[in-house]
Amino acid sequence: MNFKYIKLFTIAVLVAFSAVNCNDDDDNINMQPMGPDFSGTYTQEDQMGRPAVNTVFVSSGMKDIFNTTIPSQQSASFQSMFQTNLEALSPAYNDPTDANALGLTSAQFTGLLATDVLNVSLDGTTTFFDGTNVLTGRALADDVITVELLLIFGGEDFSENPSLSNDNVDANDKAFLSSFPYLATPW
Amino acid sequence: MKKTKFLIASGILAVVTLVAIAADHIDAPAVQGGTSDITDFYAFQGENSSNIAFVANVQGLLSPGDATSNAAFDENVMIEFNIDTTGDNVEDLVIQAVAKEGKIYVFGPSVPGQTGLNSTVLSNSINQLSVDITPYGQDAIVESSGGIMAFAGPRDDPFFMDFAQYGQIIAGNATGFNDPGSDTFAGTNVMSVVVEVPKSLIGGSGTINTWVETKRKQ
Repeated sequence: MNFKYIKLFTIAVLVAFSAVNCNDDDDNINMQPMGPDFSGTYTQEDQMGRPAVNTVFVSSGMKDIFNTTIPSQQSASFQSMFQTNLEALSPAYNDPTDANALGLTSAQFTGLLATDVLNVSLDGTTTFFDGTNVLTGRALADDVITVELLLIFGGEDFSENPSLSNDNVDANDKAFLSSFPYLATPW
Repeated sequence: MKKTKFLIASGILAVVTLVAIAADHIDAPAVQGGTSDITDFYAFQGENSSNIAFVANVQGLLSPGDATSNAAFDENVMIEFNIDTTGDNVEDLVIQAVAKEGKIYVFGPSVPGQTGLNSTVLSNSINQLSVDITPYGQDAIVESSGGIMAFAGPRDDPFFMDFAQYGQIIAGNATGFNDPGSDTFAGTNVMSVVVEVPKSLIGGSGTINTWVETKRKQ
């Protein structure tokens, strides 16, 4: 019995010695964080910048392709489709000089939307639209659908098509938290 | 294996088969109802105004009860926040979140090895932390490291819209919204990942362009 323990102890010392040697040889190996296997390549399936863009402006049959087109190529590939679909949805835009409350014509508005990224200010208020700030982020309480409906249907001063430019759901069904993680507890 | 349970009883299913739904819920055939389906994306200044919080929600329209308690993050799906600091709509920094064995591992903000449709996990990032996925019905579990905070677990879907009436309008069955409207997403949950980072780690000042992606291990 004792002899077995001595053998084990000797092996342990040798292993420890070798391990120290390895450590000296290549620090990088031992700096790898221990834990799960994160190897492999991950390939894109879905993406999103601004709310409802794929849903509203991309034709059925193209939605998966939109989700796997990188943002820097989206405008070149999809702007004309966005414009066609916007003008079908809101015919006032068929007049090339007709503009929304941001002063954007059909071509200009869809040029903005087709690159589906969210612009976020690092210098202050972050909101989709709060009456003053435009596209400086997206806060949880922002009524983004009404903002988008207003920009699609509301015309130059938000007065056109009132029955289409507000869904009359203005807030979430649960209050948000003032502190991290901000989202309300589940139902 | 479908983890998303639709609110069939309230008739929503009939509507979603006509048009894709809402913010990004069920937006496209390849992802709808699956574990990589993004429902929403938010980015806003944190309670600490030196920080930006990023929110990615996946797997929408979870009913309370079994559907939510059985929902899980797919260990083969990476949720990746992309950040363009130079205005060319190409990511300069990414924040990756991957679920493993009951935790979400968060890597970044870090410079990705490659941009575009394929990614590898930046497991050597100097910025990294892990947090236990908060079980349904328990208080939010939050971890922080180096000024970065992370949370993952089921939450109330923060999105609100009278989607059902929008569907009626698009289908030609109605000429406008109702007043008051009815929030189609009331009483439903999503799987959320929330990561808050110091602005100093994502450009410091100015405007960033940001978007979220789901990527599946090949």
